[in-house]
Amino acid sequence: MTIPTSQFVDALKRWRPWVVRGLLCSVFCISQAAAQTPLRIDITGVGTRQIPVAVAPFDSTEPALKFSRTITDVIRADLARSGVISIVDAGTPTPALNERTPTEPLFVEWKQKGAQAVVIGSNSISADGRVETRFILLDTLRNESLGGLAINAPSSELEARRTGHRIADFVYEKLTGEPGFFATRLAFVRKDADVYSLVVSDSDGQNTQIALRSKEPLISLAWSPDGTQLAYVSFEERNGVNKPIVYVHTLASGKRAIVANERGSNSAPAWSPDGKRLAVVLTRDSNSQIYLVNADGSGIRRVSRTNGIDTEPTFSPDGKTIYFTSDRGGSAQIYRVPVEGGEAQRVTFNAAFNARPQVSPDGRYLAYITRKEKQFRVGVMELSSQQETIVSDGPKDDSPSFAPNSKWIIYSSQLKGRNVLSAVSLDGKLRTRLSAGESEVKGPAWGRLP
Amino acid sequence: MHHLFKTFARLPLLAATASVVVLAGCASQVPLDDKKAAVSSASASSAANAATASQIAAAKAALGKVKPSIYFDYDKFEIKSEYQPTITAFANYLKADVKARLVIEGNADERGTTEYNLALGQKRAEAVSKALGVLGVAANRVEAVSNGEEKPRAKGSTEAAWAENRRADPLLK
Repeated sequence: MTIPTSQFVDALKRWRPWVVRGLLCSVFCISQAAAQTPLRIDITGVGTRQIPVAVAPFDSTEPALKFSRTITDVIRADLARSGVISIVDAGTPTPALNERTPTEPLFVEWKQKGAQAVVIGSNSISADGRVETRFILLDTLRNESLGGLAINAPSSELEARRTGHRIADFVYEKLTGEPGFFATRLAFVRKDADVYSLVVSDSDGQNTQIALRSKEPLISLAWSPDGTQLAYVSFEERNGVNKPIVYVHTLASGKRAIVANERGSNSAPAWSPDGKRLAVVLTRDSNSQIYLVNADGSGIRRVSRTNGIDTEPTFSPDGKTIYFTSDRGGSAQIYRVPVEGGEAQRVTFNAAFNARPQVSPDGRYLAYITRKEKQFRVGVMELSSQQETIVSDGPKDDSPSFAPNSKWIIYSSQLKGRNVLSAVSLDGKLRTRLSAGESEVKGPAWGRLP
Repeated sequence: MHHLFKTFARLPLLAATASVVVLAGCASQVPLDDKKAAVSSASASSAANAATASQIAAAKAALGKVKPSIYFDYDKFEIKSEYQPTITAFANYLKADVKARLVIEGNADERGTTEYNLALGQKRAEAVSKALGVLGVAANRVEAVSNGEEKPRAKGSTEAAWAENRRADPLLK
């Protein structure tokens, strides 16, 4: 049996973990442990129809392949978390991949257990010491292969998790017809006591890396389109004043650059789809107004021109339109305006408060926060039909952010007064929650892998 | 008068490579209004048009007698008449102490979105800034900034907590 090796596997950039090298501080030594409460993911809503899938163990007794178990676990957890796939017990470890045939007893056994598809894989060490993971996805009803991949990666827990996410994405796409969303990354702000941390993790909340810590608030995270940088607003002190300033942070190097530090407040960064510039909100000419600025902080140009609040800009995926929140009509509503100038057009009408728009990467949907019965909830509007679906329960939901596949939204929510992250499918039916024990987590941004 | 003091609590910003570790410095706690008063009284003797130290002291004493913060209604940014004495006292102080600068921090309650609340807080700070301008304070001596909903003075989700957090604080620098 030959396994097609996807072109993209070879093209994958090597994952370079950024590591906090040390705490060089004399006054505020922050305990690393304080921010290390493990993130916990709970499935809070599943689909009415789930596809049963068995994932045969990728286990290996070879010491160099000690992370094989992680791959199996990640695939199973991801698929279960999707809400549309259920995991069937795959039984005992199985012979190596190249020894399997669709007619062998174990295969029949999986079929009898109800698995409509089976993932079978194995690991081996390549000549350069890296781990070669191969798998195939078998359709047990039609007795045929749905394809597979060979993934070559360094031997580490982090890489094993990445491999697991990629396999889960492959399986999810083959079985549902939709692109997967597991091999993606999240950024969010975590607050432990008085310390704010800028955290980057895998889509399941694992592999957390702390990119920045601060005693002052961090808000409004925005991934660069290529997944290598984060823009955000930090209230850290500069020149004797604590105020919001927009930074761009390159994750691999840890280098930060100020993109907007004008008189007054600087906030709400949003990347243009080509990654060359950002929309930001400045108050230098009085009032919160929308400006465009090059990614290096040069060439500030004003976009909106009202006497009121214009904020929360976000680009349409084609880069031609900016959606934003404005109080020009007397209450907060969402508008859109051509980037190169023109009349703003009101988009939302269904509530007295609609704000924080985000366009889905496929351009079909608008997610936003809407006030319904005194609750701030996530609304999703299909832009072509203007049909609105309320996908969250409130009371204080914020910062909706689409998965790169446009099928899920992650947002800030509160559970018993504590900030947690919730994710929901576009129809509101499938739900998961990401919490961090006593820590607060908020302001999520969903990004692609670099 | 805790609100007139500014705590410079900073924190080491940890960057992530061997070559770059961003540090933002050490913590200190400085009662800025006292420091500014000392600086301006020293310069007052040499400045022909400057107010005397006693005038600055009087303006400072007047500041202690007014409400230190300006409170706003939900989703509103009009300054109520009860806060006019506060505006006047800060305007008088800035006129007396020509070296002083004012940062006005606007705040919002937690209802709504992070960035819209930042804009609301900004609008409140700017309302105070404009009111000072009406009284003759030069725009370049005042900076209006916003904390949005990020630094609530009152915790909780009650009407009382929300009212406390819809606020602008003039802070002398």
